[in-house]
Amino acid sequence: MVSDFRTVYMDYAATTPVDPRVVETMLAYLGPEGLFANPSSSHAQGRAAREAVETARAEIATVLNVAPETVVFTSGATEADNLAIKGAARARVKRGRHIVTEKTAHKAVLDACKALEREGFEITWLVPDRDGLISADALAGALRDDTVLVSLLHANNETGVVQDVASLVRAVREAGDALFHLDAAQSAGKLAIDLAALDVDLAAFSAHKFYGPKGAGLLYVKKGVRLEPLQHGGGHERGLRAGTLATHQIAGLGHALALAAAGREPEMARLAALRERLWQGLSAAGDVFLNGHPTLRLPNILNVSVAGVDGEALQLALRDIACSAGAACNAANREPSYVLRALGRDDALAGASLRFSLGRWSSEEDVDYVVRRFEREVARLRELAGAA
Amino acid sequence: MIYLDHNATTPLAPEARAAMLPALDALFGNPSSVHEGGRLARNALDDARRQVAALVNVHARQVIFTSGGTEANNLALKGVAQRKGKGRILVSSIEHSAVLGPARDLAAAGFTVEEIPVNPKGRILPGAVEARLGPDVILVSVMLANNETGVLQDIAEVSRHVREAGAVMHTDAAQAAGKVALDFKATGAHLMTLSAHKLYGPKGAGALITDGAIDLVAQISGGGQEADRRCGTENLAGILGFGAAAMLAGASQPARAAHARALRDRLEESLAIRPGITIFGREAERLPNTCLFAVAGMDGETVQMGLDRQGIAVSTGSACHSKSTEPSHVLLAMGVDPLQARGAVRVSFGAGNTQADVDALLAALDGLSRSLPMGAAAW
Repeated sequence: MVSDFRTVYMDYAATTPVDPRVVETMLAYLGPEGLFANPSSSHAQGRAAREAVETARAEIATVLNVAPETVVFTSGATEADNLAIKGAARARVKRGRHIVTEKTAHKAVLDACKALEREGFEITWLVPDRDGLISADALAGALRDDTVLVSLLHANNETGVVQDVASLVRAVREAGDALFHLDAAQSAGKLAIDLAALDVDLAAFSAHKFYGPKGAGLLYVKKGVRLEPLQHGGGHERGLRAGTLATHQIAGLGHALALAAAGREPEMARLAALRERLWQGLSAAGDVFLNGHPTLRLPNILNVSVAGVDGEALQLALRDIACSAGAACNAANREPSYVLRALGRDDALAGASLRFSLGRWSSEEDVDYVVRRFEREVARLRELAGAA
Repeated sequence: MIYLDHNATTPLAPEARAAMLPALDALFGNPSSVHEGGRLARNALDDARRQVAALVNVHARQVIFTSGGTEANNLALKGVAQRKGKGRILVSSIEHSAVLGPARDLAAAGFTVEEIPVNPKGRILPGAVEARLGPDVILVSVMLANNETGVLQDIAEVSRHVREAGAVMHTDAAQAAGKVALDFKATGAHLMTLSAHKLYGPKGAGALITDGAIDLVAQISGGGQEADRRCGTENLAGILGFGAAAMLAGASQPARAAHARALRDRLEESLAIRPGITIFGREAERLPNTCLFAVAGMDGETVQMGLDRQGIAVSTGSACHSKSTEPSHVLLAMGVDPLQARGAVRVSFGAGNTQADVDALLAALDGLSRSLPMGAAAW
């Protein structure tokens, strides 16, 4: 049995390796011979670096079906979420101080909203149904005359549950002039995202979730939407985000998004099949519960709760499998997932949950290995619990 | 191509590039993940933190990684001001836009922002800081080295007064780090900004060094990274490159400085014997690599473009302002005539430059002056 031991990575929702083709793109800007100049410099080298930035911007705009000038580069989705939420709220403070978001949002959204709460904004925290969905009616019911912003996840990072964005946006439009911010960090590369069709005002993306580099992201800012910048300085990015543009990061982001979009359909069909195989295998252990909607989920995420075992003990027993007990960002605190609690799971089941997220290098062998290990460890831990 | 614009950005050191590559390959885990891949990434991050800390002689926990110098400056100014709530903020009149920008934003938010003047050499006037200090002053920000002139300030002296007055002292050392020896404690500052791409590290990585006692309001919230003062998944490759570049900068600073100084002095000695040349800040202590000069009757942008056509990259001042045709606020603050300020050309040397580069620049400048009727008369 010892020869069977290996490490399997099933935490692609936390982060992905960088696609080797993207690395090649980035390396062109990372050497003395490369285009290392400051994209704001007016000499030939600076202009060449600027061209690389604008090529990436155009590439991204094409994938997302928006105009290039609506793409604002940031250091990642957390910064993009902060810029969208704090930026829109502060710019619209004269219209009102009410924001609507969800209890199950990513920490970047939660904490940005909490920061605004300390500035005197009032936040309504929507609670999704037991499947993780937020209804347009529930959203409409929360909107007020002084609502300036709605911020919701496209797909939840823990459960993978995908919201019906079009109907949610419609509810906001019918009610008034609140802006709609979409956190698309987890859905990008996995779902087709046409921002023009979705009609959102703001949308945040992160490169390292789709085989691009960490430290690169973007905020889509629809034409006419005003934001108070977070970072002031040299007037980069139409004054919305000051700071020297990191050419290699931006070129990597652009290439990664284009690659993810190009190969999306067959890859997502492959991952959906693997994910189904994983679910069939894991659920065979009995008393294993699927977290989130049975079908309206990203094709690569499987979040399960296991009855009759201690969550921490299970994770420790499966340490040869890189998966997650929740979001990586919340890994430091060992509290049961607030997302699963919001879906109605009790502390025991929320605490004994595992998120498996599949990706580019996941294989049937990986899935079968995880199933074997899971079966064995769950049986062992349940036996121990029974004996005690 | 002859690159003489190292204050705008530097090429990545091969050592920094090598340090980044693992993070673009197998070392891809999220440093916040608890599994092995996450722990390996976390360990690498901690190593880089120690390397950056060593450059300025501080403990690793005093390093807050950011996406660059601009973010670090914004975090310092807004992070302190928002915590204090109200009060007066002093900034030098020659600060980089990444300090002046957030200062203006704070002024719009109700804080009182005052500028500290400099003398014609580009140095803060003795007594200028003390004269403006008072119990309502919450924060003072003075850059260590100016990005346009290279002029250094006596930060230790400024810090002494600021600390006595009970205010927080911030210094933007983005341009100084790697070019001069730097010891955070010796500067007396509570907060100090560093930028990786100014010292042969990658763009998109920087740090705010803190003395530990300063309570900052995070500008980017969510996820608790960097002790909750700067959230977001860490730019691991960028930070590893920053660490390697910082280590290299610490080890090679004296040699780099001597190399750059020799080239700069060679340039300035040759410029000085030509008529109509002004070298700004030459009487002050400066960064060893920077020369900001003007040729009477020649527009800085014309010179920059003329040199660019011959494959020589220089700047008219800050890269961040390269689209702007306004004369440099730094030179205006030094009392330079606006017309003369418009003539400013900045040459900033780096590790890869040679004497031949200096000679090529001088020859190209001579050629330009001959091609311009105005310049020919002055040259």
